[in-house]
Amino acid sequence: MNALSKLSELSAGTSAVVREFPKQGSAFLRLREMGLMPGTALTLIRTAPLGDPIEVKVRGYNLTLRKSEAEQILVEASAKA
Amino acid sequence: MSADTRSPASPRTPVYAFVGNPNCGKSTLFNALTGLKQKVGNYPGVTVEKKIGETYSQHGHPIKIIDLPGAYSLAARSPDEAVLRDVLLGRRADTPQPDRIVCILDASNLERNLYLVHQILDLGRPVILALNMMDLAAKSGLEIRVARLEKELGIPIIPCEAANGKGIVELRLAMSRSDLPLAKHAWEIPAPIAPAVSELAASLQENDGKAPFSARAEALLLLTDQDTVRVTGSKPLHPRTSAIFHNWQKRWAGEGTDWAGSLVSSRYDAITELCSRIVVRKANVGPSVSDRIDQVVTHPVWGWTSLAGIMALLFLSIFTLAELPMNFIDGRMAALADWVKSVMQAGDFRDLITDSAIAGVGGVLVFLPQILILFFFMGLLESTGYMARAAFIMDRMMSRVGLNGRSFIPLLSSYACAIPGIMATRTIEDQKDRLTTILVAPLMSCSARLPVYLLMMAALVPGERVPLLTKVSIMLLMYSLGTLGAFGFAWLFKRTLLKGEPPLMIMELPPYRLPRVRDIAFHMIERAWMFLKNAGTVILALSIVLWFLAAYPKAHDGATTTQQLEQSFAGKAGHTLEPVIKPLGFDWQIGIGLISSLAAREVFVSTMGIVFNAEGSDENTAPLRESMLKAKWPDGRPLFTPLVCLTLMIFYVFAMQCMSTLVVVKRETNSWRWPLFQIAYMTGTAWVVCFIVYQTGHALGF
Repeated sequence: MNALSKLSELSAGTSAVVREFPKQGSAFLRLREMGLMPGTALTLIRTAPLGDPIEVKVRGYNLTLRKSEAEQILVEASAKA
Repeated sequence: MSADTRSPASPRTPVYAFVGNPNCGKSTLFNALTGLKQKVGNYPGVTVEKKIGETYSQHGHPIKIIDLPGAYSLAARSPDEAVLRDVLLGRRADTPQPDRIVCILDASNLERNLYLVHQILDLGRPVILALNMMDLAAKSGLEIRVARLEKELGIPIIPCEAANGKGIVELRLAMSRSDLPLAKHAWEIPAPIAPAVSELAASLQENDGKAPFSARAEALLLLTDQDTVRVTGSKPLHPRTSAIFHNWQKRWAGEGTDWAGSLVSSRYDAITELCSRIVVRKANVGPSVSDRIDQVVTHPVWGWTSLAGIMALLFLSIFTLAELPMNFIDGRMAALADWVKSVMQAGDFRDLITDSAIAGVGGVLVFLPQILILFFFMGLLESTGYMARAAFIMDRMMSRVGLNGRSFIPLLSSYACAIPGIMATRTIEDQKDRLTTILVAPLMSCSARLPVYLLMMAALVPGERVPLLTKVSIMLLMYSLGTLGAFGFAWLFKRTLLKGEPPLMIMELPPYRLPRVRDIAFHMIERAWMFLKNAGTVILALSIVLWFLAAYPKAHDGATTTQQLEQSFAGKAGHTLEPVIKPLGFDWQIGIGLISSLAAREVFVSTMGIVFNAEGSDENTAPLRESMLKAKWPDGRPLFTPLVCLTLMIFYVFAMQCMSTLVVVKRETNSWRWPLFQIAYMTGTAWVVCFIVYQTGHALGF
């Protein structure tokens, strides 16, 4: 198992799987309803030109969230292909 | 209560609800089925668009369709989603509970779209699934086994491409069926939560009078609806039910059970499992067209370039394309007034029609071309998907004042006219963000302020022509003052009055789509009509009042218009106002201008024309400038010193002088409280800033 890192620290183009996801807070319930939860595979597409928010591809679509949320989500980066 | 409506013999028109995620092509499908037979309004008490249309079954029987707002979940976080939930559950007294539901899905993004469907199947109503955008799914290398899905769920599945008109006939056919099967919809509620669901469902049925088939759905919703958006028309829970709910919550909190999270996860588990059997990834196609466009428009360099380019195009088209129809409307209204003058006898009634009714309504109509173009552009940006990208790249900047990227386009378009900007704030999910944006939008210098700025600049500078550099720098100063004011107040409101949850930017970046001009045009006309109906009537009333104030009491026979105005109610009001505005360097004559331009800012120019008895027009202010420069205070000091001109411009930057905007704000916020607050804070700021500028300038000897 690879080391866990924050979703906010993933570099563009990296794929990862969500391992730890906050249980509290309406923002995270919202993200779950949008399909982001423990076990979900995602790819970090890009960071906005000004450094925030980030864009991830999850379940086949593109989603943005701010770094303030992303840094509370821990992911396991997949081995580079 | 609605079991009987499912029987084929029922004479009542069946009511269908159209539901789906945002960007799934729901409106296109709705428009294709109903054509022009739709009624657009608002749900009473909330600013959510209510669309009801009519179509015919294959046998020619009428079918009613309610196009519900797009949403990702029934657990409401915004008024849009609350309306969706409440209509589906029959909680709204103003809307019939739909008998049947058509769920529209974006086939190229099935997993997330199925989440809402999964919640809707809980409701125990007959459901038809319309798998839209099958072509796009195929293009992205996905094969969807429709027959398999139909078998798994046991309900009709209609593949369609609404944009190309494919699948409409089949959908109508399915909607015409007298019998629709209920879905095979069994999913396991996570073990720690299941007993709570049954207990809540029982209580909901017993105490809240919920129908047996929807009680379970209500119970499930209760558990994910953490900060339930309560809207007027929805009934509160029975105390017994809420007691049960709070007991369970306490128990789970003690055990560390994340009830809401595990409910969502178990739904997605069921969906992922289903999709593994019905979605086949045939080919791994490379980056899509959308991905390639995004590489440019969200690029650190090209992103800004394209944003600037698109915005430049927007403003260029507003100011150039709108000019012709504006002149035309202006000319027509003038011709109409002349015609009335030629056929009616001179008198007060004739003046009432020409000077107040025609002039007032004309003043609103003249801005219509601009507003239409703005609506069209914003529809274009929204439906192509660019709006979300602009929000994405601007988010960081907007977050500095506590807003999110979604507020950017509404604020920017307020530079042309605040009305479409304010109406576009409906895309902002967070209510406090939306209200903040509405409150500050009129501070962005709109085009109605231009005539005032131009007149004041002409009076400010000696000589016939204003040097370009002076003109540009003064304009720049005014625009930046307004912008600074807007952002400053947004910052202030988000910290005080409208303090809320930490701001979020959870947003889908939908794939780029070719715009559907027909749908955009539909939307544009709807919006424009709404504006005309609302603003038009209020402006008409206000124009009559203002006309009356300027026309009575009558001066002696043979008085000039200037003399008439001076001794009218408006003139007296100007005198009454003088003590208040004297510290700003304004006299009663300017006071009359300020009062009359409460209807719309540009009226200031024509009022000044009457006050100083000068012929002229918006374009040619030279004669008016001459007379204004001759104006003096009673003690002989000149009235329009450069400092006064500058102060007056600053006054117009901040003051709330636009009745149409106020009417629209009232409509969009559902109360007079916010427009009144706007008048108070904006005009108050205008006074304070002008006071400081004038007094400082005066002390420095200007």
